[in-house]
Amino acid sequence: MISISSPHLTGKQSVSRVMFTVSAALIPGMICQWYFFGWGSLINVTLAVTSALILEAGLLKARARPVGFFLKDGSIIVTALLLGIALPPLVPWWITVLGSALAVIFGKHLFGGLGQNPFNPAMVAYALLLVSLPVLMTTRWVNVEHPTNLIDSLHIIFAHAGDAIDGFTGATPLDHYKLNIAQSTAEVLQTNPIYSSFGAVGWTPVNLAFLAGGIILLAMRIITWHIPLTLLLTLALSSILFGADADTHVPLTLHLLSGSTMLAAFFIATDPVSAATSNKGKLFYGAGIGLLMYLIRTWGNYPDATAFAVLLMNFAAPLIDHYTRPRVYGHSKAVSGYKHDKK
Amino acid sequence: MSAQPITIARSKVWNLPGGIHPAEHKAESNKTPIEAIPLPSTLWLPLSMHLGAPALPCVKVGDTVLKGELIAKAESGISANIHAPTSGRISAIENHAFAHESGFKQPALCLEVDGLEAWRVQNPWADWKNHQISDIVQRIRDGGVTGMGGAGFPTDIKYRNKHAPIHTLLINAAECEPYITADDRLIREKADEILQGAEICQHLLGADNILIGIEDNKPEAISAFETAAQQLGIKIVLAVVPTKYPSGGEKQLIQLTLGVEVPKKGLPSDVGVVCQNVGTLRQVYRSVVLDEPLISRITTVTGKAVSKPGNYEVLIGTSIETVLNHASAHLKKADRVIMGGPMMGFALPDITAPVIKTTNCLLAATKKELPAPIIDNPCIRCGLCEQACPVDLLPQQLLWSSKNRHLEYAELHSIQDCIECGACAYVCPSRIPLVHYFRYTKGELRQEEKDLQESERARKRFENRQARIEREKQEKEERRKARAEAAAKALAEKKSNTDGSSEAGKDDPIKAALERAAAKKQAKTTTVETQTPEELKELVEKAKAKFEKAQQKLKDAEANNPSIDAYLSKASVKLEEKYLTADKTYQAALNKQDKSSS
Repeated sequence: MISISSPHLTGKQSVSRVMFTVSAALIPGMICQWYFFGWGSLINVTLAVTSALILEAGLLKARARPVGFFLKDGSIIVTALLLGIALPPLVPWWITVLGSALAVIFGKHLFGGLGQNPFNPAMVAYALLLVSLPVLMTTRWVNVEHPTNLIDSLHIIFAHAGDAIDGFTGATPLDHYKLNIAQSTAEVLQTNPIYSSFGAVGWTPVNLAFLAGGIILLAMRIITWHIPLTLLLTLALSSILFGADADTHVPLTLHLLSGSTMLAAFFIATDPVSAATSNKGKLFYGAGIGLLMYLIRTWGNYPDATAFAVLLMNFAAPLIDHYTRPRVYGHSKAVSGYKHDKK
Repeated sequence: MSAQPITIARSKVWNLPGGIHPAEHKAESNKTPIEAIPLPSTLWLPLSMHLGAPALPCVKVGDTVLKGELIAKAESGISANIHAPTSGRISAIENHAFAHESGFKQPALCLEVDGLEAWRVQNPWADWKNHQISDIVQRIRDGGVTGMGGAGFPTDIKYRNKHAPIHTLLINAAECEPYITADDRLIREKADEILQGAEICQHLLGADNILIGIEDNKPEAISAFETAAQQLGIKIVLAVVPTKYPSGGEKQLIQLTLGVEVPKKGLPSDVGVVCQNVGTLRQVYRSVVLDEPLISRITTVTGKAVSKPGNYEVLIGTSIETVLNHASAHLKKADRVIMGGPMMGFALPDITAPVIKTTNCLLAATKKELPAPIIDNPCIRCGLCEQACPVDLLPQQLLWSSKNRHLEYAELHSIQDCIECGACAYVCPSRIPLVHYFRYTKGELRQEEKDLQESERARKRFENRQARIEREKQEKEERRKARAEAAAKALAEKKSNTDGSSEAGKDDPIKAALERAAAKKQAKTTTVETQTPEELKELVEKAKAKFEKAQQKLKDAEANNPSIDAYLSKASVKLEEKYLTADKTYQAALNKQDKSSS
């Protein structure tokens, strides 16, 4: 007889439920992406999810783990979705598949699978792709004036894998603004059709949709407010403090509502496995990502910085955890650091 | 009792971090009045159904006992008396099934019920206020009263020990575990007895307030308290706390109702509070005023496998099986029978075990109701446990250290402060039995502590042994040296006796010294015999003078300084000795002189 110890009562929450809720919360953003940028992202997502599931199954089998049990938890689907959404919509198919492989192998299973990875798997893959294949990873963003239809998207992704496809592609607003503001003024730049009065065409609604998905997760208590709030707040404050002048710096609206900001704040940075753990720690963790995002976007070489900011803070998470333990009931102060005071 | 109406104050309620809201399942059992279970034919009374030392049986097999008679006496310190729940004959004192997870049997008294319900002589104290505090506390101890909410801590200890002044007697009426309604029903039906018990405890503590912490899902109980307080004229303050598990934990209720935390490793009395469960207070009343010891209790019998769920008044020692059968439980349908609630109770390995003083609930649950644990997923560090923890621990971190047996790391994360409420395991999406891990780690830490103490003791013992061996070696060495010296001396003596000359000693200074010493000794021993009468006379004179002088001194001292008697008497004794010696020598000398002269 297996002895069952208390509590005998368990709640209804399960890992797969958490993962599928997160996946569902991504849907509004994905619909917006499809609406404004065409089919590229959806094809990427499909490719990423399919290849990730196959790879996950293979690796589980190779590691002699119960395949069905672990596939059911849905964690790899979230990873693949995040990767598929984050990749430029018109990258060649093999980049997406390679990304999935990097995420599943180097992001997840080399560390021991679900719950063991110190880094966000999707961001590991994204960062590796970005540093290895910088051209393909930066020139395949869709020109918002020409959202690609299904046939074109399939054609570009599968057939013209390496070709120049200038008609369909363009720089992201973050990139464009940063590159051109040196020789121009905000007023002139705003005349470019990729910008709207409130941020960037297409990008703003996509970000708002991810924000909405994030709020659903908050309401369902899948994530807590700590990381998104401090991330967005730090990013906004940095933008106000260091780059308030739109004639020299990327303005606040573009920082918050273009690029992958909202996706990062609510879906990527909140990956619990690789984030800081305590509520207090999450505040620092989120703030760190927000600050790094601003620093890299403004003074770094990459127009968007989510992957590097998140990975760098993943490194810092264990340290943060050691110094941000909550004060336990009846203690006069929180136990902090590595040494234990036995008194 | 005052008749004028009093207003019942409601106090502010503070926040409790974390907590969960499981399905309450209270309606099943709180609709019907408390029902007494008919007398069973035998009762098994375990000697250790309270916290602390087991009681010592004070009856023999074959003795007939009356209802309420003491059958096992508390050890000194933390322990509790056990009384016969009804009249009958003690038929055995042996190991019997006991309500514990381990399934180990425990020594127990078997009482064969005679059905007469003949009470021992009772001595009710309607005027308990006229009795001394210490007498009342002794009466609580005599009544075998223990905490009836869960742990079974002997109640008198809370009133016996000296502690900081107590401002509040906190009545724990929160009963936050799902399914259990024993306290709820008891309040509805016996609020007056509870409040009178509270009045006694307030008197013992000299507390200013009686504060009742009760969850807002018990409106009937709240109004029962209000009515009883009005009738009895007892001033109470109600703190109605929101329904949330585990608000009924002692420390949690103090935090909720008073906004203070019991310090780490401290007691509620450190913050001026004594917390008492409603059942315990009722028993205090019964023991002190009615002289009825703790021989029965209210137990909730519930669960999907029970057809007549409700609350039952059960004699301590009644077999759990009997109770379940009385409540028409389908034992085949029951997947497990849990003593206590579903959050903190434990599955009974043997339902023939008796109901004990702490049995607040018997939950016969079906498989569907409380499904068996599934294979747990890995921890994804989602942090839901952290949000649910009422004492602000990081269960996800504790799991890592527990799984990897990083005991130091677990201590760093304050695992010792875990109250094992189970909120973390309840919310865990991976269904990890977190509390199970934590209990294991706590056990390991306890073992480590014990091992440390033991090794410390062993080290001391070893050091002491080493020191003793060293000392003995030295002593042996000294003895050997002394023996060698003595041997050398004896040899030298022998030599000097045979040689008669000290020529040889010239070369060797030690030998010379030894020879000198030997010669001196010989001279001393031979003086008296070889002295001439003139010399002897001189000696006698000397001795006599000495003796007279000594006597004079003694007399002088006694006359002049009687205040320093101790010193003087010591001196006089010495002087007397000297005198006696002198006298002896004198007499001997005289005798010798007579002999030699004659």
